[in-house]
Amino acid sequence: MKILKLIIKNAFRHKLRTILTMLGITVAIIAFGLLRTVVTIWDSSVDATMANRLITRQAISFIFPLPVSYQEKIKNIDGVSNVTYATWFQGVYKDKNNFFTRIAVDPETFFDVYSEFIIDKEQLENFKKQRNSCVIGSDIAKQYKLKIGDQMTLEGDIYPGKWDFIVAGIYEGKNNNTDKTQMIFHFPYVNERIKVESPIRANEVGWFIVQIKDPNKSAQISAQIDELFKNSSAETKTETEKVFAQNFVASSGAIISAMNVMSFAIIGVIMLVVANTMIMSARERTREYAILKTLGFSAKHLFLLILGESLVISFVGGGIGISLIFPIVKGFEQAMPKGFFPFFFVEPITIVWAVISILIVGLIAAIFPIQKALSTKIVDGFRFVG
Amino acid sequence: MDSIIKVNNVFKSYWRNNLEIPVLSDLSLVVNEGEFLALMGPSGSGKTTLLNLIAGIDRPTQGEIIVAGTDIAKLNESSLAKWRAEHVGFVFQFYNLIPVLTAYENVELPLLLTKLSKAERRKHVETALSIVGLSDRMNHYPGQLSGGQEQRVAIARAIVTDPTILVADEPTGDLDKKSAAEILTLMERLNKEFKKTIVMVTHDPHAAEKASRQLHLEKGELVGV
Repeated sequence: MKILKLIIKNAFRHKLRTILTMLGITVAIIAFGLLRTVVTIWDSSVDATMANRLITRQAISFIFPLPVSYQEKIKNIDGVSNVTYATWFQGVYKDKNNFFTRIAVDPETFFDVYSEFIIDKEQLENFKKQRNSCVIGSDIAKQYKLKIGDQMTLEGDIYPGKWDFIVAGIYEGKNNNTDKTQMIFHFPYVNERIKVESPIRANEVGWFIVQIKDPNKSAQISAQIDELFKNSSAETKTETEKVFAQNFVASSGAIISAMNVMSFAIIGVIMLVVANTMIMSARERTREYAILKTLGFSAKHLFLLILGESLVISFVGGGIGISLIFPIVKGFEQAMPKGFFPFFFVEPITIVWAVISILIVGLIAAIFPIQKALSTKIVDGFRFVG
Repeated sequence: MDSIIKVNNVFKSYWRNNLEIPVLSDLSLVVNEGEFLALMGPSGSGKTTLLNLIAGIDRPTQGEIIVAGTDIAKLNESSLAKWRAEHVGFVFQFYNLIPVLTAYENVELPLLLTKLSKAERRKHVETALSIVGLSDRMNHYPGQLSGGQEQRVAIARAIVTDPTILVADEPTGDLDKKSAAEILTLMERLNKEFKKTIVMVTHDPHAAEKASRQLHLEKGELVGV
């Protein structure tokens, strides 16, 4: 028999109490994992941005459009290697709960600028050739069981009417955090109909994506672009894609901050629960610690016994929690409408944080019982009536 | 015969609510190797305190306690713990076995502090349990044993490391007559057959009769030495 066996026997001495404490840790770690996943996924949309891309939007607000003619003017600025544009289409696909990004783009340049969207060359060519075609992310294709040649009908809201598109391509993501939930189609196709149905809105796009040769010149080029359209009817605001994404995320900042705080608050609460369990256990064993001391067990041995028990409870409960995070997050991902989060998976950093939290819970919960056990004299331990 | 325990001019007092309560005053005592000493006296006379001082689980306020050549009052906590593991076997009135461990595991506990291999530990444990007559109960938990059997396991735990001295605090105090007699016979055997030095605290004159010498304490002083 080794000390470890005694630690495990001690940990399960009060089975119900230990199991309930472990269950508490398991639930806390799952909640922590879920909240952290949302927070990290939210933040990773900023990480997914490229340093060599700028976003040019309407200076007053993102919701106001810009003339499509700006594309050629921006392209002529020194240091700009490519310019594409996109406009928010929205609309409804089958059901209003089927939420995913639907944008009308410049078919000739969009995939050149977004090199992280990996699409077969032939599919891309077909997309460019066919005006009413679209390219969809592989997650969308999977969720709605779509394949090349299928028709997707959108019920327009910003652009009213029924819009039929043929799936010409399915793109994959270059990285884990590449959004694979977008539906991308021709702006010229949309624009053609708008010219007839609502001429005042024709030839206007949502934003430009500017690819630059040297990321170090982003500030200079941004200033040049905005200078170009100063005092025009549609002034621009240009910033790096990262800053643009950060501002976008910041609009939900309070909620994300609250989730962040809450995820660690849960760990704090469970720390108190485990500490309470350990204090009760150590108090009940005051006499036994005196026996062990009498037998020659040193302070180091008692330290290891109590700390070990606290860590066993924390890591068994936490370990079960961590192993359940993956299937639960997967379940959430499948239950959520695609596109609500562009991607939803457990980042390694979430698991690292969970393990660190479990370790801290185990350590802190053991501090008081260790201090109490070590400071109690043997003779006082024998007199103790629990 | 060589002396194994020397208690020289020991004083011990406790503090309760800023009040000093003297327990032992200027007590001196010598116990020879292989002796079976019974310490008797009324409650509060200081006999358990004296036993605790000899066993190194309490410290004197003043004076020296030399056991097997070591002045244990001068040892620090970790040295004293190591010393106890090597030199003292303790038998308590209420057995004090660990309830989640079997008889075998309880007896093995002190051996975990040694460098013995698993096989060597097994040999020692089996020997100790056979001496106390409980070889067939080694896989039983304390809750599955009678009081007398529990105390025999406690004695096996006390002797398994072959300590220099065996100290027993009212070892029959919680037992029926028959079990008490068995325990006393066992202790007598340990003293005579295995030459163990035993210091036993008891209220029971019949138990004390088994000892080779009896001492009486009253108000912290030895009387009728």
